[in-house]
Amino acid sequence: MRRYGPAFWAQLSFTLLVCALLVVPVVLSMAAGLTVNYFVGIRSGLTLRWVAEVWALYADTIRLSLGIAVACLACTLVLGVPAAYVLARAKGPVARAIEELLVMPVAVPGLATALALIVTYGGAGDFRRSWLFILVGHVLFTLPFMVRAVLAVMTSIDLKTLEEGAASLGASFVQRFFQVVVPNCASGILAGSLMVFTLSVGEFNLTWLLHTPLTKTLPVGLADSYASMRIEIGSAYTLVFFLMIIPSLILLQLLGRRGRR
Amino acid sequence: MSGSFHLDGVPIRLEGCARTYDGGVRALEPLDLSIAGGETVVFLGPSGCGKTTTLRLIAGLESPDPGGRVWFGDDDVTRLPIERRNVGMVFQSYALFPNMSVADNVAYGLRVRGVATAERRRRAGEMLELMRIGDLAGRRIDQLSGGQRQRVALARALVVRPRVLLLDEPLTALDAKLRDSLRLEIDRLLRTLGVTAVYVTHDQAEAMALGDRIVVMARGRVAQVGTPREIYYRPADAFVAEFVGTMNRLHGQAADGMLALGGAALPWAGPAGPAEVLVRPEDVALADADAHLRGSVAAAVFLGDRTRVVVETACGHTLTVDAAGRAAVARGDTVGLRLDPARFLSL
Repeated sequence: MRRYGPAFWAQLSFTLLVCALLVVPVVLSMAAGLTVNYFVGIRSGLTLRWVAEVWALYADTIRLSLGIAVACLACTLVLGVPAAYVLARAKGPVARAIEELLVMPVAVPGLATALALIVTYGGAGDFRRSWLFILVGHVLFTLPFMVRAVLAVMTSIDLKTLEEGAASLGASFVQRFFQVVVPNCASGILAGSLMVFTLSVGEFNLTWLLHTPLTKTLPVGLADSYASMRIEIGSAYTLVFFLMIIPSLILLQLLGRRGRR
Repeated sequence: MSGSFHLDGVPIRLEGCARTYDGGVRALEPLDLSIAGGETVVFLGPSGCGKTTTLRLIAGLESPDPGGRVWFGDDDVTRLPIERRNVGMVFQSYALFPNMSVADNVAYGLRVRGVATAERRRRAGEMLELMRIGDLAGRRIDQLSGGQRQRVALARALVVRPRVLLLDEPLTALDAKLRDSLRLEIDRLLRTLGVTAVYVTHDQAEAMALGDRIVVMARGRVAQVGTPREIYYRPADAFVAEFVGTMNRLHGQAADGMLALGGAALPWAGPAGPAEVLVRPEDVALADADAHLRGSVAAAVFLGDRTRVVVETACGHTLTVDAAGRAAVARGDTVGLRLDPARFLSL
């Protein structure tokens, strides 16, 4: 049996401390959502009443959030993968400059992007009132994450030679793209998809400004419930959020793993 | 290798094919070349000489400057992209698809041609057997050695029955021993298949071993086209002489049918005046009594089958000489050299 020195225990304690710092508030919040009365504490007993109430009040925000996340993922796949491909194949300073500019939507505050969208499209009534308005904001915000994740993989493999190999065997551009380029970038596409999906589900800054009373997403509803309901309801909402996002992430992972085989 | 698999090689003709890159860099000066059906032509030259550009023009991966034409038999393929030229290509980096098994890689060309699954599995299997890697069919590409990858790449290029087989430095990434054995195998394959093959390399031994003809290139131009023997024994210019094999250059003075070289006089058929003669290392012999030149050994490298000796002569020449492997020479020894005027080469 190996003996561990003091340095090991010090590092282990530090790691556990950091983990606790991250995990404890989440666990406490979820526990609060299951307690009968938060101010009395766990002694007051456990209940699913708050969860049921959240479902009754906010089920449509959950549906909308998932719907927007799936639509956003679809848009970023359709736009982002070809964009990454073009950037990976293009030489020259313009392509490199665009690559650098891809961090912009991350660096610019979501509020600023949202304001710009409202200033531009605020007058388009139906569009402004529909969930598509929020979708546009989410795609704008998440697209760079997809492009960068896919681009990173594309630049790490010899894409040009792989494609030339496929072309020499008679493959047309479409065949090359879907049978050689996309499968060999699957890991980047998966990483980008996970990122886009979670960012979209959890996005608050942009959505706060873009939503209308009829197009509330989950995080907006969460803020709403914390602001205007009992703390137990907000906490139960957080619990629902986790129950929803974790299975979807696992599902995406499994899909990606199967695609790679 | 199997004799049942045979391809009908088409002749290739390049007419005035030049290639200028953006920014005006001329990679290839206008080139005219005919390659016979079933012939193996090796493009040989240092990096940047235009050999790979020429291959890519034939492949259809690049287009010649306006005016240039590429013919496969009677078909003008100048405007056809590579995917419509029906060529087989083997890349230096293999370009195998990591997302597919060995069998799927080999079958890919059949898949894009719409061949039914069972049929393409059968033909891919046959091709793997031909390359003697039938047992690797189910492997992933990252589970293969370099030599195995190259066999898969060859099988994949040949399974579609290409009109032309193009090989871009296919052995460069392999170690020396493997390179020699695969070179022999490729040679046998090209002979039996009867395919028109264009092979690019910077390795003159590879070029000599594989080429029916060799095209030596330098700075975007063809320096010489000829059989390996012609290139070796009748180099067109100093560049070819130096690039292919090792060449000694000796300077002497010719007069009255004799050439004065150091202290020796040799029969000479050329014009009088200063003369330069070229002689290969294997055509100079170590000698004692009847030596023409004397000098001291600057280096002696034992290579097994021969000993390569560098001799600095009293008359100021440095000669590389191939002596027998068992010849006992060491650095600092004084040796005599015998020349044979019949073996002199001239440009």
